[in-house]
Amino acid sequence: MTAAVARPDLHGLMAEYDTPEQVLAAAEAARKAGFQQMDAYTPHPVEGMDDALGLRPTGLGYAVLAAGIFGAVVGYFMQWYSAVVFYPLNIGGRPLYDWPTYTVITFEVTVLLAAFTAVLYMLARSGLPRPYHPVFNAPGFERASRDGYFLCLEAADPRFDPGATRTFLEGTGPVNVVEVVR
Amino acid sequence: MAVVTGAPRKVVETNRVIAPGQTSGGIDDVVNTPVLVGPLRTPTWWWLLFGVSLGLLGIYLIAIVRLVTVGVGIFGNNQPVSWAMPIINFVWWIGIGHAGTLISAALLLFRQPWRTSINRFAEAMTIFAVVCAGLYPILHLGRPWVFYWLMPYPNTFGLWPNFRSPLTWDMFAITAYATVSLLFWFVGLIPDLATLRDSAKSRFQKLIYGALALGWNGSARAWQRYSRAYLLLAAISFPLVLSVHSTIAMDFAVSQVPGWNNTIMPPYFVAGAVFAGFAMVLLLAIPLRRAFGFEHLITMRHLDNAAKLLLGTGLIVVYGYGVEIFYAWYSGVEFEVFMAYNRVLGSDHAWAFWALIACNLVAIQPLWFRRVRQTPWALFVISIFVSIGMWLERYVIIVVSLTKDFLPSSWGNYVPTFWDWALYAGSFGLFGTLFLIFLRLLPAIATTEMKEFAHHDAHHGSDAYEAIREAYYRGEVRA
Repeated sequence: MTAAVARPDLHGLMAEYDTPEQVLAAAEAARKAGFQQMDAYTPHPVEGMDDALGLRPTGLGYAVLAAGIFGAVVGYFMQWYSAVVFYPLNIGGRPLYDWPTYTVITFEVTVLLAAFTAVLYMLARSGLPRPYHPVFNAPGFERASRDGYFLCLEAADPRFDPGATRTFLEGTGPVNVVEVVR
Repeated sequence: MAVVTGAPRKVVETNRVIAPGQTSGGIDDVVNTPVLVGPLRTPTWWWLLFGVSLGLLGIYLIAIVRLVTVGVGIFGNNQPVSWAMPIINFVWWIGIGHAGTLISAALLLFRQPWRTSINRFAEAMTIFAVVCAGLYPILHLGRPWVFYWLMPYPNTFGLWPNFRSPLTWDMFAITAYATVSLLFWFVGLIPDLATLRDSAKSRFQKLIYGALALGWNGSARAWQRYSRAYLLLAAISFPLVLSVHSTIAMDFAVSQVPGWNNTIMPPYFVAGAVFAGFAMVLLLAIPLRRAFGFEHLITMRHLDNAAKLLLGTGLIVVYGYGVEIFYAWYSGVEFEVFMAYNRVLGSDHAWAFWALIACNLVAIQPLWFRRVRQTPWALFVISIFVSIGMWLERYVIIVVSLTKDFLPSSWGNYVPTFWDWALYAGSFGLFGTLFLIFLRLLPAIATTEMKEFAHHDAHHGSDAYEAIREAYYRGEVRA
């Protein structure tokens, strides 16, 4: 029996804490208790939360690196192709293949693609923009952007049980524990 | 006053990066309340400044209409001074922008916690200054409506831009800079917009800030990618900002004009940009902290540090003036020697050089004294001098070099026209209008980062160190 079957409208149980240290400790405890489907919602990034929740490192850095290299190649190729192959301009008899003058634009295209990739990857992998998310239904969740620190254990987790999970969360010293309905 | 009306406000001046005892809720309230109040509770000073800015913006638009209908002949530039006020103002504005990126990117990478209080409005300053700057070369083209010919795009002429031209580099550098600055600024704003969404009272505000916040909920997974993306954007922006003013310097350095063809130009331009930019940061921060009651968030430490950077970069710039003269002599080229002589002692424009020395060398010397660095009105006055000085620097480099270059028969003078001044005055209107709208609708301080920092400062900050530092400055402890 899983809770998700019993309560299809239940997203999970949300505990609110006063300090980042408390939510960090609670997340750590939940991971040690075997929970996997959970997330913390905090007004600012909490140091150590990735490890506490057992999150894998993000691949964002590799995506940005790849985009940067791609941008450098494209930027350089564009200039070489235009200046040497497609549209050669004789300027004071200087060589057409003139790499030092390509460096600035190569750099700018690199930067532009890397920056866009960083932002779009961050948004896309985080599922943003997303106007609706069940956690916004939790009473008092508006404090998650102000001074409340939340931990949500989700009903999709195989270990989730409405009664036992609530007892577990209440043992971690929260301000309160509420149900999150979809 | 936006936050408190009536009773006099208690001003907390401190030398710490943030006054002790700040709570997350307290920071949110003081920063977000002036943003979220209804239109009728907008402070009077805002309306006054907004009216002045709109007036200047009107002058700007009239000047542009005049420019488009009549042509670039309305400006005073002609041969031999073909680059004059439009390019001076372009370089001046874009230089101002550099401090914002430096604060948000370089100081983040160098782990300088004092950046947190000032990065948001400094980045806004950057973006609006780049807008003001970027319009100048376009307006200066003569046919501004075909500015996109500078970009490589598939066109029926089968033409490509000349990628060996510094002007094409410039176009790429400024476009990339404007775009990346905007991305960086917006990414920083996302969590703050979510805070505004959650504390907004009216449905309209909730809707607008909610849409802009993109559904941010502060999940740890999102924070993980967010923090990494923000760090990488900083790492990308730092070399970018150095490249932008270097590229602008190459517009000059790659040419053969005496006074322009000089290898020191890129680093010297970058230092000048940071110098001018920190002056503008101070010009904005000093009234801002008073108007919004941010004295406990933008503290004396910020003013002091910005003043130190002003002094440091100012001395680098003055070193650049020295090197230019030395280089003219050392090159042995008679045109260069004459340029240096004409710049410093010539009959027409020596006033500009000596006024520049007065503004950029003499006026910053009081900053060696801590008492001056901690006196807001003194910093404000010095920053005005620096802003004028940096404008004069570009005047000296651009105009004075061009008036007398090689052949005496082709020498000529330059006098700005009414429309030159109108477009310059009007650009302040554009900047002011954008900045005031920003102050009214978005939080001027990055609340999310401030909360993180305030928590860190309260729990892991070194109180002992700060206490010794305060005592030292009060003269109770000797180093």
